[in-house]
Amino acid sequence: MKQRILTTTLLTSAMLAGAGAVSAQEVRFMCYSDGNECEVYEDVLNRFEAENEGITVAIDVVPYQAILENLPVQLAAGTGPDIAKVTDLGGLNEYYLDLTPYVDAGYWEASFGDTLDWYRGGDDRQGIYGMHSQLTITGAFINATLFEQAGIEIPGEDATWAEWAEAARAVAEATDTPFPMAIDRSGHRVAGPAISYGAALFNEDGEAILVDDGFRAFVQQFVDWHEDGTMARDVWAGQGGATYQDAAQEFINGELVFYYSGSWQVGRMNEQVGDFFDWQVVGSPCGPAGACSGMPGGAGIVGFAQTDHPEAVAAVIDFLAQEDIYAEVTARTSNLPAHLGVAAAGVTYEGVSEGAQAALNAFAGDLPDVAPAAFAYQGYAGNRAMFGITVERVSQAIVGELTVDQAMERAAADLQAAMAETE
Amino acid sequence: MANLWSMLTATRGKGRWDWTDWVSYSYLFLGVFLMFFPVIWLVLSSFKTEADLQRYPPTFLPYQQETVVVDGFDEPLPLFRMTAGDYEGQTLAQLRRVGLQAQMIDPANPGERLRVSINDREPVQGVALALENYTGLFERFNFLRFFWNSTFITVTATLIMLLVNAMAAFALSKYEFRGRTTVLLLVIGTLMIPQTVVLVPLFLIVSELGMLNSLWGVIIPGAATPTGVFLLRQYMITIPDEILDAARMDKASEWKIFWRIILPLSAPAIAVLAILAIMWRWNDFLWPLIVLTQSENFTLQLALNSFQGELQTDWSSLLAMTVLTLLPIAAVFMFLQKYIATGIASTGGK
Amino acid sequence: MLVILNPLMRIIEIPMMALQRLLGVNRLAWVFLLPNLLLFGLFAFLPVILNLSYSLTGGDNVLLEARPYVGGRNFETLTSCSSFLDPNTCIEDKFWRAVWNTLWFVTLQVGIMVGFALLTAIILNRDIRARGFFRSVFFFPVLLSPVVVALIWKWILQREGVLNAFLDWIGIGGFNWLIDAEWAFAWTVFLSVWAHMGFYTLILLAGLQAIPRDVYEAALMDRASPWRTFRRITLPLLSPTMLVVLVLALIKGVQTFDEVYAFTGGGPGTATTFIIQYIYEEGFAGAPRLFGLAAAASLMVAIVLVVLTLIQLWINRRNVDG
Repeated sequence: MKQRILTTTLLTSAMLAGAGAVSAQEVRFMCYSDGNECEVYEDVLNRFEAENEGITVAIDVVPYQAILENLPVQLAAGTGPDIAKVTDLGGLNEYYLDLTPYVDAGYWEASFGDTLDWYRGGDDRQGIYGMHSQLTITGAFINATLFEQAGIEIPGEDATWAEWAEAARAVAEATDTPFPMAIDRSGHRVAGPAISYGAALFNEDGEAILVDDGFRAFVQQFVDWHEDGTMARDVWAGQGGATYQDAAQEFINGELVFYYSGSWQVGRMNEQVGDFFDWQVVGSPCGPAGACSGMPGGAGIVGFAQTDHPEAVAAVIDFLAQEDIYAEVTARTSNLPAHLGVAAAGVTYEGVSEGAQAALNAFAGDLPDVAPAAFAYQGYAGNRAMFGITVERVSQAIVGELTVDQAMERAAADLQAAMAETE
Repeated sequence: MANLWSMLTATRGKGRWDWTDWVSYSYLFLGVFLMFFPVIWLVLSSFKTEADLQRYPPTFLPYQQETVVVDGFDEPLPLFRMTAGDYEGQTLAQLRRVGLQAQMIDPANPGERLRVSINDREPVQGVALALENYTGLFERFNFLRFFWNSTFITVTATLIMLLVNAMAAFALSKYEFRGRTTVLLLVIGTLMIPQTVVLVPLFLIVSELGMLNSLWGVIIPGAATPTGVFLLRQYMITIPDEILDAARMDKASEWKIFWRIILPLSAPAIAVLAILAIMWRWNDFLWPLIVLTQSENFTLQLALNSFQGELQTDWSSLLAMTVLTLLPIAAVFMFLQKYIATGIASTGGK
Repeated sequence: MLVILNPLMRIIEIPMMALQRLLGVNRLAWVFLLPNLLLFGLFAFLPVILNLSYSLTGGDNVLLEARPYVGGRNFETLTSCSSFLDPNTCIEDKFWRAVWNTLWFVTLQVGIMVGFALLTAIILNRDIRARGFFRSVFFFPVLLSPVVVALIWKWILQREGVLNAFLDWIGIGGFNWLIDAEWAFAWTVFLSVWAHMGFYTLILLAGLQAIPRDVYEAALMDRASPWRTFRRITLPLLSPTMLVVLVLALIKGVQTFDEVYAFTGGGPGTATTFIIQYIYEEGFAGAPRLFGLAAAASLMVAIVLVVLTLIQLWINRRNVDG
């Protein structure tokens, strides 16, 4: 075996690979993992290969950075894979393969409904461009043991951000915990709370504006919370640029009372908190504007129009979209289903504790609270620019390089400049 | 004061120890600590489990909670030592924990269930290496293939680079020709442009040349480095021209002079450059990431970084992989290090 | 290795001798230069020329032919400030923050690093035991990839890291070093000195060892004070090596990117965002990708670097002549 690998390797490199032999219908699938997704796909697609003689699927597991930064350049240059797991759903729309001619459009519409819109990127309301493989929703985790120790009651279902902040501060004080609250350093994560504070993100004409009174109100509150120690400075001030940073480590170590992150953290909490303390998912708190919105998100699998084997590409994606396969993958990867049929039937997750199962269900149950603005934001093709601008400018306000007003002014100007360039 | 400055000048061959020696050795040992401790920390951490990695305060050695297999339970149960309460001093196994209470049993007497407060106990921990961090890597992907790709790229690119750069440095240091200054300035000019800022044009060029998804697409663009030319040229200038003239008198061809005289005499500089080249290629990440998209061409660095997802990073695997990728380069260094030492010593003695 | 290389070199010798007869010895230099220049041309100059074209275009399209020509607009955007000293007054405030950060960083980093490299080289040049071992120790971090360097130190310095655990243990409270702008900057300098000092130490050591012993012996005979010997003999004889070290350190300093990017991400805020990171984020990592702006910024950096290097070379030449 070893011998063979070596020989084939020598051969491939000798042929300057790439230019070398390509089997009749080889489909390259560029995948990245937040957990075990790529492994599970590989396993499931082995069955696909057995059923479909002549199509082979090669999974290339890459760092997420490759998907985010390199894939768009490769696509623009006319290279790149046939299939990829992407997160810039609407932004890459121009390169997607429309699956409509190859699949049962009725089934897709019925199964994936609204999430299909996220891949359409703008005016097109028809095409089927991608399968939302993992739905995520933002929400809060709390350290229930700390609440118990402090003897403070956990705020109820429709508690506001201000009430949670107060409760978390009280708990932290009573239990000598370093941080009351933290929100991941990401523009996507603060979008939910901002919407709850009244941010509309878009104007009446549907143009992105990002900054309005509601958005400003939340940023002001967020910056104030950093100043009075409610929010863990480490998260937003510990990084620069638009870099992502979570606070999972602090939470796992029991140093954080209230952690606003999202459904994807459940597996990690389940595994790493273990017996250390009890944690709960409490969804998204409400804002003064009345909304209690989280932010949906996730990743999806798309095919690219430049592929040589569109039928094969569509067949692979359609295979993954079938209800039984989708349910299996969802159960094995501890993700929320975007497939309406699978969601309705409920998912029994594999290898997770009761607590984690309950947490995932709690997140799923929070979906109806998501505001329309949040759905629109997730589906907006230029949302990556807006997320990036949010993180950069809000961070500057937090560390004191800019005042909140200056930061918001800059953010609006940044967005305008970005939109002017992309028109 | 005079002593202080005698430290600053070469004082080799002195027999007795004075305080400058003490200062020197203290400095050197501080250096050893500063340079090595972080790396040792990295290696030790790579043997920790993911949960252990996240704990504070961190432990120096990797620890894992000890478990015990008790009759009647499928899973091994975690062990705790009781620090207070009714069972103080006993070692109990935990069945499950609910809030601030835990249900535990005495492994010697599994029939009886005990309820204790979680504040009255601490976990029993022992040093244990999480070898699964390493073994998992080999199961997870084709490690040998990635290792071969990295090695092939590193070796080929280093050889090409040394030859090409040495040739250019030779021309720039030992020939008088028109345009020499211009070329030299161009070389220094190239030094000003880091690859990072020309990533997109470079990608388009390599794509036009059809070198995408090929190991050569990684090897060739980095084969000529201004740093290499610059370093070698500065070194070759110090080689006396008389040696070349003598060889020319003996009717040696210019190529032979380059190959038989200049290259061996530049050995120390070439060794330094070789180490740098090996290190650059082996550690290269940004460029292979954009050129190579198919896993049969992946390098170790790409595999290493594939543990970084959008939202989560698999630290334990990433650290184990980091240590593995570090080993070959450390070995190469140990081998070449002697060579640099002798090379420098011989030129120094001249 | 030589078994393969020797015959190869003999084969190359045949066409080289023919060329030598054809061109003459001095013009043969171009043949020696050719492979290198070809590679430079394709993979260094051509990208720069393309970058120049990019800098005159706008939009977010990767392909040059699809990008609209905008003239000097990108350069105007970068340079429109009411005061260059205050980034807040600039349209591209991030660019000017990065410029000032880089200037500070390079000044500190090059100064500290070359100072320590020289000190280390001098100590290593003494008659000490286990010299080979110590030399490797100082060179060792150079072998680590930038990402690993950043990872190690980030991990040591984080609030839950080993440094704070140690400080806790001796009774000084823990602290997250990387959320304070000044500390983060200081650690960035430290990190980059730590990672690169070994390389310059090695070059300086080679330079020191090339100074003939008898020069020192002569100085000793003349009863020259050690300080005088250092200033009048060591430093001047070391100056060609020092030039290499300074030029390289300066250029590499301005180009600092990978390790800091992985270390602080440029934060807190923009406190450790340097110019290459700005270019990378504007042109490659960010959304939308403003290649034009990034290309314009990269050209401005290149020009500044060329000027700085020329000044250095000029000073050096004047010193040597004088």
